[in-house]
Amino acid sequence: MNVANASVSVQDLSLSFGSVTVLKSLNLDVAEGEFVVLLGPSGCGKSTLLNCIAGLLDISDGRIFIKGKNVTWEEPADRGIGMVFQSYALYPQMTVEKNLSFGLRVAGTPKDEIDKRIARAAEILQIGPLLQRKPAALSGGQRQRVAIGRALVRDVDVFLFDEPLSNLDAKLRSELRVEIKRLHQKLANTMIYVTHDQIEAMTLADRIAVMRGGVIQQFDAPQVIYNRPVNRFVAGFLGSPGMNFLDGRLENDGGWHFVAGELKVPLASYDFEREPSPGASVFGIRPEHVGLNSGSGWPFTAQASVDVVEPMGSDTLVWLKLADQNFTVRVTSERAPQSGESVEIGFDPMRASLFDEQGNRL
Amino acid sequence: MSNPAVLSSTIAGADAVRGELSGPRGPKPRSVLSRRNIFLYGTLFLVAVYYLLPLYVMVVTSLKGMPEIRLGNIFSPPVEITFEPWVKAWSTACTGLNCDGLSRGFWNSVRITVPSVILSIALASVNGYALANWRFKGADIFFTILIVGAFIPYQVMLYPIVIILREIGLYGSLWGLVLVHSIFGMPILTLLFRNYFASLPDELFRAARVDGAGFWGIYLRIMVPMSMPIFVVALIIQITGIWNDFLFGVVYTRPDTYPMTVQLNNIVNSVQGVKEYNVNMAATLITGLVPLIIYFVSGKLFVRGIAAGAVKG
Repeated sequence: MNVANASVSVQDLSLSFGSVTVLKSLNLDVAEGEFVVLLGPSGCGKSTLLNCIAGLLDISDGRIFIKGKNVTWEEPADRGIGMVFQSYALYPQMTVEKNLSFGLRVAGTPKDEIDKRIARAAEILQIGPLLQRKPAALSGGQRQRVAIGRALVRDVDVFLFDEPLSNLDAKLRSELRVEIKRLHQKLANTMIYVTHDQIEAMTLADRIAVMRGGVIQQFDAPQVIYNRPVNRFVAGFLGSPGMNFLDGRLENDGGWHFVAGELKVPLASYDFEREPSPGASVFGIRPEHVGLNSGSGWPFTAQASVDVVEPMGSDTLVWLKLADQNFTVRVTSERAPQSGESVEIGFDPMRASLFDEQGNRL
Repeated sequence: MSNPAVLSSTIAGADAVRGELSGPRGPKPRSVLSRRNIFLYGTLFLVAVYYLLPLYVMVVTSLKGMPEIRLGNIFSPPVEITFEPWVKAWSTACTGLNCDGLSRGFWNSVRITVPSVILSIALASVNGYALANWRFKGADIFFTILIVGAFIPYQVMLYPIVIILREIGLYGSLWGLVLVHSIFGMPILTLLFRNYFASLPDELFRAARVDGAGFWGIYLRIMVPMSMPIFVVALIIQITGIWNDFLFGVVYTRPDTYPMTVQLNNIVNSVQGVKEYNVNMAATLITGLVPLIIYFVSGKLFVRGIAAGAVKG
């Protein structure tokens, strides 16, 4: 993708505060109409990156393009972006209507044009009856809608979301999540969305950029990131319960095997990213990709003893000891074993992820 | 009750069961005359009397005629209430050359206080806003220098300022004093405003920038409307501080432009003739009336503002 057809393009962006480097020559290209999620643990620089794109932080190096225009030195208001903040950031002394129109009034937009745009935003977000209220008289969900509306009325090309749902309770969060997705389908704007919640990332994103320590680890479609993580950090960060990791060695005796204790997993069906070499390695497989007492048909089976059973409602998490290491399996509740039982597990090495000693995918 | 061991042991002890059924329930009754209450209210009462007694004496004395005062019973209420001392203190008491009472000083004080308060708060709030929200290079050093200014004793600066005022031709005028008050209010007020603005959510500021508002737009349309409590606090601090100021008033003005406090001193400390205690008391009360009214009117707002500045809300 080149600058001309990318909606947002970040090139060699660096940012440091004094001696602390927050972002290191970072590159990111977001296509027109794409929904990109920046995902990572707190302190990974994802919000910082968003603030740089918005122009709220002065960058140390690099360039930022929005709609093919170099906006590196532009003021936030001139970049064609709208931003939604975690704390909603509604102006408390203004009514919803005044909140929505503030940016337009600052820009000197004619009154009838303002009214038209507010009416449209209120219609899309269903906040018509709230227009004359102050933010204090709104619920969390309503406030967040108004915050989105504020970006909407400005008719911007790019929406930036900075953890917009983190302040809401679980139920409201999932409701608004669907609404944001619906909004994206309807408006087809480019959206960049920062979150540390992997479910939000998986459900909303066209592509996810997983960040750590100011560096994008992997930038790909959610399914690719989930199934083929490029390194152990990405593998461990996505998925709940997390991926199982077994420490062991990679050996070649007429075919590649992963060996941990008495466990010997044949890797004939595994799709190696690059040419493997014997040595220490980590074998990762997701709890839902493992079968428990489900009979034959698995390319690989092994015996394990049940340590703890955690019923979670829809399904049950079974903690096992496999080759003296912790291992979890996710099964439907009716198949759950008792703790202490000996069970047979089975999985397909094709679905596994192998990492070398440095944690990079093999 | 979920613990079977507890259950069986209570069944075993019948007394325990009876105790559990007939034992205390609901709020614990408290005696009005408990030791705690007597101590608490007793202390409060004594402290209140201690502080109110001088005020009582002042009010009572100011309403008495001189013959009654000479009897020496300073705590006894006036036998015959007279407002003569109040009238005299306001309009005919002599201070130096002028014999038109405190009225001249009162209007001087108003003419000093109003512009000083407006000027100092306007400057300090913009100062604090810039320091809190528009981090510029050297902001910390600038702020430190400003704060150090708050700790330098005024006496050190008295004479240099006399020279400066003389050089710019403001010495002896009300505007000179206004300038001095505005400058000396700057450190503490800037600190006050900076801390308040820093306690406001930063995201509001950023949202306003995304909305396209500039330095003054954000200040006037977002920050100021949100900061009424701290403006009230600043207003009270400045009005009372400037109204009660004596040192700057006596140094930087002339008898014509003396503020009320300086005039009050001249009335009370005049050594000629009879000491008119009733006039002195009345003059003191009149002088103190302005800060007193400010406190009574805005006491609640003041407390709220102080609290709002301390905790983010």
